[in-house]
Amino acid sequence: MLKPAAIVGQLILYGAFAAFIGYFATSPKYRQIPDDVALIKLSISHLGDRECRKRTPEELAKLPPNMRAPMDCPRERSDIRLEVDFDGQPAFRTVMHPTGLYKDGVSTVYKRFELKAGKHQVAVRMNDKLIKPGFNFSKEAEVTLVPGQVMVIDFNPDHGGLFFK
Amino acid sequence: MSLHAALRNGTKSVFLRFEEALDAPFGGEDNPLRHLGALGLYLLWITVGSGLYLYAVLDTGIDAVYRSIGYLSSEQWYLGGILRSLHRYASDGFMLLMLLHLVREWSYGRYHGFRLYSWMTGVPLIWLAYIAGIGGYWIVWDQLAQLSATATTELLDWLPIFSEPSARNFMAPDSINDRFFTMLVFLHLGVPLLLILGLWAHVHRISHVDYLPSRRSMLGTLAALLVLSLLKPALSNPPANLATVPGDLGFDWFILFIHPLTDLSSPALIWTLLFGLTALLFILPVLPHPQPQPVATVDAANCTGCDRCLADCPYAAISMQPHPRRPGWQLAVVDADLCAACGICAGACPSSTPFRRQETLLTGIDMPQQPVNALREQLEQALAQFTGRSRIVVFSCARGADASTLAAADTAVIPLLCTGMLPPAFVEYALRGGADGVFVSTCRSGGCDFRLGERWTSERLLGQREPHLRKTVPAARLQLYPAAAHDSRNLANALAEFRTRLESVSSEKLPPYQRKASYHA
Ligand code: HEM
Ligand code: SF4
Ligand code: SF4
Repeated sequence: MLKPAAIVGQLILYGAFAAFIGYFATSPKYRQIPDDVALIKLSISHLGDRECRKRTPEELAKLPPNMRAPMDCPRERSDIRLEVDFDGQPAFRTVMHPTGLYKDGVSTVYKRFELKAGKHQVAVRMNDKLIKPGFNFSKEAEVTLVPGQVMVIDFNPDHGGLFFK
Repeated sequence: MSLHAALRNGTKSVFLRFEEALDAPFGGEDNPLRHLGALGLYLLWITVGSGLYLYAVLDTGIDAVYRSIGYLSSEQWYLGGILRSLHRYASDGFMLLMLLHLVREWSYGRYHGFRLYSWMTGVPLIWLAYIAGIGGYWIVWDQLAQLSATATTELLDWLPIFSEPSARNFMAPDSINDRFFTMLVFLHLGVPLLLILGLWAHVHRISHVDYLPSRRSMLGTLAALLVLSLLKPALSNPPANLATVPGDLGFDWFILFIHPLTDLSSPALIWTLLFGLTALLFILPVLPHPQPQPVATVDAANCTGCDRCLADCPYAAISMQPHPRRPGWQLAVVDADLCAACGICAGACPSSTPFRRQETLLTGIDMPQQPVNALREQLEQALAQFTGRSRIVVFSCARGADASTLAAADTAVIPLLCTGMLPPAFVEYALRGGADGVFVSTCRSGGCDFRLGERWTSERLLGQREPHLRKTVPAARLQLYPAAAHDSRNLANALAEFRTRLESVSSEKLPPYQRKASYHA
């Protein structure tokens, strides 16, 4: 038989175990970002353009008739240059490389930015064909971010290129 | 002493203190710190049982899942709600016990030699447990799930596994679909299944596994978790919304602590830490260690193939094979890689009885570092030198409380590799050879370094297990005393009490037996 002192001791220890589990299963509370901040997620996954070259008539003549494509396109995709500015200040600069062993896969980027809620001027520029200078896609807008909002910067060629959501 | 050894010994002495302190209210059988693995398994079964119910009643689908879990907590609180809370709290408890079990085995130095297998199979279980736990939180699809899913995929994306960032799946409300939940539930069933398989492997190489804790600790633990579930039911955070960042969240620090840690540092640091710690755990056993003790050896001429050693070996190191010279007979064979050098088999072997007349006592299975013949010689010598009114032979465990200070003219102390190596007939032999009492100081219940030593010792000496101590031995002349490492003072007091009792009782004495005298007669 257990002694009364042992029973009390066990009750206290089982209670402490339950209390410990119960407390740390929900507390202290956690929040990832302060409550006056919004998040911008930049996430782009895009196949860079191919750097094609026009075949000269002589080259074309040398090819079998069924393979006389006017353009010579390598398997590799171009790197993609991307720039993001917030309120006129450079926030992010990168050159994304194509994935895959033969550099024929998508180039991707994923990045989070924390911004104070309020109005911001957001500008994004992208070039997916680096043999040409400048940027062939760009998007700039003034956005109003409410606290806790998640705004996404994405790219979809079928929706007109870069877009904010 | 290396830094690691210092750290290990420091942790060990703290752990030992707690473990010994908990013996007071719980006793060894129910002491949670002495049965961490078994308690962990028990919590796992509670988790599995409650999880199966949840699996059966949950609807999968982005909104359906949140609604149906919420329904359990609000409408069906008396069944679904309680099971949900049990599921959460038992898995939290499991993480805690797993960590304590790991720290205990490490600090006691139980990770190399014959324990290598248990250790190596233990390490992957940690990963499986956390994968299962984190996945579980995603199923609720509340803001905590959203935070965890986003943070986990962002962490995974740091590794070059996916060609497209997996975090893209949690960008916006429309980037996630119902298939995701089907996959998730599948994962949350599959990984725990792997965990159970892994656990089966983990205890595969030891025998008489402590699969479940004592009935009393099972009831106590379940009651504690049930009370907790009633007082503080597990609830969801607000529903997930990928268009907003989660606010203040009720957060499970046992399972999800990795996310705040990543936010505080960086994915690079976290992965370095995770892989580094895992590698460290795997490397630990192959670091240099003291030479292992010589393992048990079988003497074919003295083994009758009774298989008692096989039944008692805590590490399944013995198997029975056909005797090479006696057709139809069996012979014990020791697997040196598994043998812990505890000597429990020598204590189990019927051939270890000191009453045999051979000049050199050869038994079926013996320990080269402390053969039963040496034990008999040591005992006979002590008996011959005894003086005093009540002469006591103390058999103690070399790994338990230090008994050497008890030695005196009327007290002979014989340390054993483990008290489990004491053949019960030695008690009778000592009493018939001139001792007035025999005092056996075992480890405390559940505290044996070789898992089963104190259990077999007491069962054999109390006549509940073969080889048993003969009933003709007067119970009053034998004292079993469980003593932990820090128990030296209690041990001295217990011996003094035993002596007083021996002196006050005039219980019958066994007829003397002198091996050498009768041999020469
Ligand atoms: C996932 C949770 C785990 C559970 C439920 C569990 C359970 C168990 C059980 C039931 C035993 C047998 C105890 C006995 O019968 O004496 C055991 C032994 C052992 N476990 Fe675990 N274990 C877990 C994780 C681990 C981990 C992570 C490690 C270390 C890496 C580990 C290391 C060991 C060792 C070394 C032994 C052998 C003890 C001995 O030989 O005396 N276990 N475990
Ligand atoms: S010494 Fe211990 S581990 Fe080795 S065979 Fe004998 S009982 Fe088994
Ligand atoms: S207990 Fe002794 S006799 Fe029996 S099988 Fe083992 S070694 Fe042989």
